[in-house]
Amino acid sequence: MTRLKQRHVSGIHEASTYLGQDYIVVERTIAYDVLLALRDEDEFDYLVDVTAVHYPQREQQFDVVWILYSFARNQRIRVKTQITESESAPSVVTIWSAANWLEREVFDMFGITFDGHPDLRRILLPEGWKGYPLRKDYGIIQQDQEWVKINLGIESGQ
Amino acid sequence: MGKDQLGYRERAMSDSPSTTPPSHLELGEAAEHTFLDANELILNMGPQHPSTHGVLRVILKLDGEKVRGTECVIGYLHRGVEKIAEHRTYTMFNPYVDRMDYVAAVSNGLGYCEAVEKLLNVEAPPRARYIRVILTELNRLASHMLWLGTHALDIGAITPLFYTFRDREEILKIFEKYCGARLTTHAFRIGGCLYETYEGFEREVKKFVDFVTPKIDEYEELLTTNRIWLERTRGVGVISGKDCIDLGVTGPVLRASGIQWDIRKAMPYAAYSELEFDIPIGTNGDTYDRYLVRIAEMRQSLRIVSQAVDRIPEGPIMAKIPKVMKPPVGEIYHSIESPKGELGYFIVSDGSTQPYRVRVRPPSFVNLQALEKMVQGQMVADVVAVIGTIDIVLGEVDR
Repeated sequence: MTRLKQRHVSGIHEASTYLGQDYIVVERTIAYDVLLALRDEDEFDYLVDVTAVHYPQREQQFDVVWILYSFARNQRIRVKTQITESESAPSVVTIWSAANWLEREVFDMFGITFDGHPDLRRILLPEGWKGYPLRKDYGIIQQDQEWVKINLGIESGQ
Repeated sequence: MGKDQLGYRERAMSDSPSTTPPSHLELGEAAEHTFLDANELILNMGPQHPSTHGVLRVILKLDGEKVRGTECVIGYLHRGVEKIAEHRTYTMFNPYVDRMDYVAAVSNGLGYCEAVEKLLNVEAPPRARYIRVILTELNRLASHMLWLGTHALDIGAITPLFYTFRDREEILKIFEKYCGARLTTHAFRIGGCLYETYEGFEREVKKFVDFVTPKIDEYEELLTTNRIWLERTRGVGVISGKDCIDLGVTGPVLRASGIQWDIRKAMPYAAYSELEFDIPIGTNGDTYDRYLVRIAEMRQSLRIVSQAVDRIPEGPIMAKIPKVMKPPVGEIYHSIESPKGELGYFIVSDGSTQPYRVRVRPPSFVNLQALEKMVQGQMVADVVAVIGTIDIVLGEVDR
């Protein structure tokens, strides 16, 4: 951790522990380097999860969260970065293959694009669906009426 | 499912070829062959196929009988569980988690309750933790039994299905007696357990352990040295430990590849740190080893259950938690070893009664990603064996 701080003095906004869990908040531009360093130098060889949180009232609307685990150290760490709606997050598929579907799911649910992802398209929702359901401005019973009408031949799925 | 529904992906592609990125199946090797290759065949498996264990659609690219590539189409069972969570209170969301991995509902509930407890900074009392361990391990047993029965059925052995379902019934009876439900149990509450054990619970669980221990030998007698079983599973769907870690694969699949890692040991929760058990591992990482690992895990679960029943302490079963739960602002990630692998909950609290965001890290979803690697170059008939051996539940893949 201290080594990371030395290298990216300005990029790391916060490195702390909450309820016994370590997390660091980094600048978007260095997120890839930090994640790569965590795998190569600190043995965080298992990418547990990639996810996002939407804060519409913030200027940087999205938190992208990577959860890592190290078998050698038996330790977990969360890496977070904040991005705006128009920005993209770095893809970590080249670091961990596990990121492939996880990033596709984040794209599917939040509309966050990942730079360098080999095959970024919707995974759970059908191709051609409009809207990103896990954004806060997407209503809980909202659906893509047009898609439902064309593909299912019914007026509404509800 | 109508023809219209099945074809939407293709239609979407033909309508707007420029906006929809092509599937990797169409790129890749296919691009090298400029003329139609008579040996190449695209085969649709599912979504209504008995061996996909739910509504999973796998598009297979075949060269004769050899699998050259796969693409999973998932999402048929997507119910938006994570979205629902944001519109329910912490307590109200609890029964929803049972509907994800519906064959191991108790595990889902345990993970969720413990995650919220961590967020609230409370701990369940010892008696509740022991009850949780007993029921969770029984559920692991039930899940593995269901897996064994259906997996063997996929490969062509019909008998194990009747054996395992007969014995699984006894577990479901215990669940029914404890909390009134057999499948989506909603057995635990945030802060502990709602129900005290019923009269004769310990006796019945012990009786069950004695009843089922020889039954597992029976399953083994049917399969472990069965020549057809060996030929269909040995060397099929091999994956190395290194690849497992790279792909984030956890649970019995990871352990069968020789990595001795189990969250119950690595980061103990509930009462696991006080109980003795081993983590069985395999060496070859093939379908047969995964079978052996799960069988061994069933025996270990019985060992845990019988210890826990003997040591179950007296005392309260519910911690002191506020009626209106308002966890302080913050985030938590908590995971447990579900029968399928690492089941994690990432919960963000904004200090209100409803979670701001609940992310479920589903083991089935992540493990299914390894399918492509495991069936590459295998025979088409082995795809069924490999899907079975990963042990997916589509309710959890799609959430």
